[in-house]
Amino acid sequence: MPKTESRPILMAAIYSLWKREILRFVRDRNRLLGSILQPLLLWVLIGSGFRGSFAPSGQTEASYLEYIYPGTMMLILLFTAIFSTISVVEDKREGFMQSVIVAPIHSLGIVLGKILGGTTLAVGEAMVFLVLAPLVGIPVSVDSFVLTVGTLVLIAISMTGLGFRIAWGMESTAGFHAIMNLLLMPMWLLSGAFFPLTGAPDWLAWVMRVNPMTYATAALRRVLYYPDVNPVSDDLPGLAVCLGITALFGLVMAIWSSFVVGDRDRGSS
Amino acid sequence: MSQPAHVDAHQSSPISVTGLSHDYDDRRALDEISLDVSTGEVYGLLGPNGGGKTTLFKILSTHLKPQTGCVRVFGHDAAREAPAIRARIGVVFQRPSLDPKLSVFENLVHHGLFYGLTGSRLKDGAAEVADRLDLRDRLTDRVETLSGGLQRRVELAKALLPDPGLLIFDEPSTGLDPGARKRLWDDLQALREERGVTVVLTTHFLEEAERCDRIGILAGGRMIAEGAPGDLKRSVGGDVMVIQTRFPEDVSEKLKKEMQLSSEIVDGQVRITAERGGELVSDVYRCVGDLAESLTLGHPTLEDVFVAHSGQRFEIGDEDAEN
Repeated sequence: MPKTESRPILMAAIYSLWKREILRFVRDRNRLLGSILQPLLLWVLIGSGFRGSFAPSGQTEASYLEYIYPGTMMLILLFTAIFSTISVVEDKREGFMQSVIVAPIHSLGIVLGKILGGTTLAVGEAMVFLVLAPLVGIPVSVDSFVLTVGTLVLIAISMTGLGFRIAWGMESTAGFHAIMNLLLMPMWLLSGAFFPLTGAPDWLAWVMRVNPMTYATAALRRVLYYPDVNPVSDDLPGLAVCLGITALFGLVMAIWSSFVVGDRDRGSS
Repeated sequence: MSQPAHVDAHQSSPISVTGLSHDYDDRRALDEISLDVSTGEVYGLLGPNGGGKTTLFKILSTHLKPQTGCVRVFGHDAAREAPAIRARIGVVFQRPSLDPKLSVFENLVHHGLFYGLTGSRLKDGAAEVADRLDLRDRLTDRVETLSGGLQRRVELAKALLPDPGLLIFDEPSTGLDPGARKRLWDDLQALREERGVTVVLTTHFLEEAERCDRIGILAGGRMIAEGAPGDLKRSVGGDVMVIQTRFPEDVSEKLKKEMQLSSEIVDGQVRITAERGGELVSDVYRCVGDLAESLTLGHPTLEDVFVAHSGQRFEIGDEDAEN
C-alpha cells in the first residue's frame, strides 16, 4: 500500500500551481479588469494631458502618448505581477502554503509554479494592450511581435520573482501595499517608463542606471520597434545586454525566493 | 547519496523522538522531549496553548528543523531527510489549507500532483477518498460554499489522498460543532482500522484527549506525563474533591487542623485527593461548608492528571499564546 513507486515529479507540481493561478484569475473578474484598466486609464490621461506641455528630451518625433506606451506595458506587467504574488501573503497566513511547503517537492518548484502562473497572466494582459500599438504609430511586424512576447515573458518572470520574494517576507497584505508604494512604483517611475534618463539630473540618472527595471523598459522599447531603431535615444546598452540584465535579475529573484521558502530554521509560517 | 535509514524505513516506528529541545530567541519552547509512537496508534499531544505542542507539531510535520535532539519519522532523520519524511506523512493544519476558490475535486487534484499522482491514479484516488469521507456529491462544489465541518473533511481527504502511513493532525476539533466533531472521530477510528494509519494529533480539549490510545501531556515545554488516558487517571489515585471558595487558605488550614486532611491550593481552588472520597464528603462539608461556595467530588479526570503533574489548572496556561 505505501506508494513508493510514485516519485513526486517537479513538473507536475509546477503545473499544479500554475493551473491554480490561472483558475483563480479567471474566477475573479475584478482582478482581470483592475490590472488592465488602471494602466490603460493612466496611459490615456497622462499621455494626452502631457502631450502639448512637455517634450521629453532626447525625443525626436514620438508623441508623449507613444513615449509612455512601453512604460504603460511595463506597468501592466508590474500590476499583474503584484496582484498575482500578493496572494502569497494570504496563502501563507491562511495555511494553503503550509500544506505546499510540507509536500515532498523542492522549494524551487513552488517558486517556479507561482512565477510562471503570474507570468502567464501578465503576458496575456500585456498582449491585449499590444493591440493598441499601431494606434500610436508603433508598427507591429511578425518579428517584432515574436521578440516582444519573448521580452514580455522575461520581464514578467523577473517582476513576479521580485513580487514573490517581497510577499514571502510579509505578515500582511497591508505591508505589501506599503512596499509597492515605496519601492515598486518608484522603480517603475525611474525606469525610463515615464521620462527618459537623458533629460534627468545627474544624481537621478545614476539612480535610474542602477535600477534593474530601467533595462527591462529599454529592452521593451527596442523590441517594439524592431528592426527599426526606437525613436528615443536613451544612452543605455543594446538589446542583448538589457535582456541579459533582466534575465539575471529574474534568476536571482527565483533562487533567492526558493532559498527562503526552503528555510526550515524559522518554520516559515 | 547513501540513505542507510531508508532500508528499514518500513519497519521503523512512525515516530521516535529523543531529547528534543527547541528555543525561540530567548524562550525555551521544548525542553528535552522524548516520545515514541507505534504503528496504528492514535497518539494525542495534550496541553494548554504555550505548552509546546504547536512547536512539536511543526517539527514532526517537517515545517521546522529540529535544533537539538533526535527526531525520526519512519526511521528518517527529520533534520536531514525531510523529503523522505514528507513523502510518507499527511498533515492537516489547524488553519485551512484549501483554496476556497477551487472546487473540492480541484483541491484534491492540486494536492495529488505534489505527491506524484497523475492521470487515472490521481482521478481514482481522489474519487476514492471522496467516497470514503462522503464527499462524492460535493466534488464539484467550490470549497468556499461548504460548511466548516465539510471543509475539515475535505482537509482530511486531501491529506489521505497520497495514502500516508502517518497522519499528523493539528487541533482536529477546532471550529467544529459537536456533530461534526463526532463524525471526524468516527472517520479517524475507521481509517485506523481500514488502512492502519497511525495518527498523531495535538489538542487542548480534554474530551478529545480521552479518545486517544495514548497521550503525552505538555506544559511549559516539558512532557509532564505520558500514558493511556485511563492509566494516567488511575495514577492520580482515589477520588478528587474540589472546593470552590473565596478563602482557600482558611479552608485548607481548617481541614488540616480539624480533620488532619492534607489539601492543595491550585489557582484559588482547594483540592483533596483521597481514597473513598464519598465517605469523607459529608465530614468535609460539615467542617468547611460555611466557607465554601461549592464542593464537588469525582473520579480523577485528565484535568486532575494535569493538576497533579503541573500544579496548575489546565485553563490557566491558556492565557499565554503560543508563538
